[in-house]
Amino acid sequence: MLYLFCGFYIHKRGFNMISEILQTLPQVLVDGLTLGAVYAVVAIGYTMVYGILEFINFAHGEIFMTGAFVGTSTLLIFNTAGLLSGMPGWVAYILILVTAMLFTGLMGVGIERVAYRPLRKAPKLITLISAIGVSFLLQDIVRFIADLKTGSFLVTGISLYNENVKIKTSSIWDSFDDAFLKTNSIIVLAVAVLLMIGLDIFINRTKWGVAMRAVAQDRETASLMSINVNKVIALTFFIGSALGGGTGVLFAQQYGTIDPYIGFILGLKAFTAAVLGGIGNVRGAMFGGLFIGVLEMFSAANLGIITSGNFGGEYKDVVAFIILITILIFKPEGLFGRAVKEKV
Amino acid sequence: MTILKVAKLVKRFGGLTAVDGVDFAFPKGKISAVIGPNGAGKTTFFNVITGIYKPDEGEIELDGKSIVNVKPHLITSRGIARTFQNIRLFGSMTVLENVMVGMHIHLKTGLFGTLLRLPRNRAEEKRSQEEAYRLLEYVGLESLLNEQANSLSYGAQRRLEIARALATRPKVLLLDEPAAGMNPRETVDLIGLIKRIRQELEITIILIEHDMRLVMELSDHILVLDYGTKIAEGIPEEIRTNPRVIEAYLGKSAAQQGVIS
Repeated sequence: MLYLFCGFYIHKRGFNMISEILQTLPQVLVDGLTLGAVYAVVAIGYTMVYGILEFINFAHGEIFMTGAFVGTSTLLIFNTAGLLSGMPGWVAYILILVTAMLFTGLMGVGIERVAYRPLRKAPKLITLISAIGVSFLLQDIVRFIADLKTGSFLVTGISLYNENVKIKTSSIWDSFDDAFLKTNSIIVLAVAVLLMIGLDIFINRTKWGVAMRAVAQDRETASLMSINVNKVIALTFFIGSALGGGTGVLFAQQYGTIDPYIGFILGLKAFTAAVLGGIGNVRGAMFGGLFIGVLEMFSAANLGIITSGNFGGEYKDVVAFIILITILIFKPEGLFGRAVKEKV
Repeated sequence: MTILKVAKLVKRFGGLTAVDGVDFAFPKGKISAVIGPNGAGKTTFFNVITGIYKPDEGEIELDGKSIVNVKPHLITSRGIARTFQNIRLFGSMTVLENVMVGMHIHLKTGLFGTLLRLPRNRAEEKRSQEEAYRLLEYVGLESLLNEQANSLSYGAQRRLEIARALATRPKVLLLDEPAAGMNPRETVDLIGLIKRIRQELEITIILIEHDMRLVMELSDHILVLDYGTKIAEGIPEEIRTNPRVIEAYLGKSAAQQGVIS
């Protein structure tokens, strides 16, 4: 009798749990995909550089952060100059995106030239340390400039699109709640998807994309096919960094306040996404980013419900990384990576 | 007439001198072979010519102009292409893409052109694909153009390497053991292909090969290396009976007896 009662109780609790999770699912997906799109585009930067040089560019998170600051400060400068009121929001958006992407793209090329190329024949560990140095340098330079200009290294920008859109997901299925979507989320998703499609076409259809893949597979042979390897590497850094910087702008618009340290954790997660998708694989990085974004939002919303309040949403990163570690134990080359064959 | 000339070429690796003062003039429009026992420095010789290694001493001239200290990709664009002893295709790309990599320098369309797909760019894309197709036809791989390169048979991979090298539009083609691992039937086809490349495309060919039948049948001129030094040069008949060559290959006692078969 007692057993039966307990069984019934657990069953009822389980049912409640599922219905609670279902209610928030549309919102989780919307937020998760937005965040995941940011991870995905940043992850591409890691994976592209790894694909070409077999080296993790740990300064990439800081390039993302610099992009956020360049975009935000450009917008603030526009505002002070009184240009913003006469300008449609989307024009301003495109302007700050292009500015930040050009800036970070060229910065990436410069970093490669100064900090990585002289070390190309050195052990990978040395280059890695150089990258960590670059990332500290960027954090402090940005912090210094932000402090100097605004008196604080926490900078709150101007949001160009602030409205909330209600999506009637409850009309699809009763168990769903309605989801709310910031207009900016749509922009984040749209821009991220456009960037990813553009990159995919570039890599698979253009002569420079083909050259990039050739250099990634065998640098020496590519050079004997008249491909200028240094130019391809610089181009890789330009594209990867521009994508990272552009995502920084999207991030700043989405979350409002930025500081010089946002690149660290976000960079780690994007790197994780790249590893999850199989490092060196661009499409894998896209998938990995979206996967981690959704996973993180799902844990944030439902961890408390699943564990009856023992673990709150603040454990979201732990859950995401536990799942990641589990996947990598069974598939170390990542979901879409190929097992590395030892070169003989 | 000489197209490629090396003079007093030296390449050292630590204490080992892999190429030791080699002089040779490769005649234009001919097939020359570089032969020698294993470890004679033949592949190093190719690597120095193509700019992978910088020579420690000596001079290399292509069409009378020095190519010493010129970067590998610029040497290729000046007209030297090569294949590799251990096949080095871009394995995860398709057969067609491998040839397109070889055409890199001859494609003019930049980044924006490709994205905008202007008529001019589309015409070029079409032209380049046609050219790549013709090259694949030339080596007999046109039916496999969308296959992944590392799924091809060994002989087909060797021919794809030749097509990719031809795509750079070379004046001089270096073939590093093109017949290695081929069966006799494939070797016969390869001999035909190399002859056609010389005659129809008027490309000078320099090959490293251990298959003496192929070397003797194809070569107009032979350079023999042993321990990095030139021990003989000449037409096949001279090489076949040269005592120093026989000694290098088979040892002293064989040298007293006669001829390389």
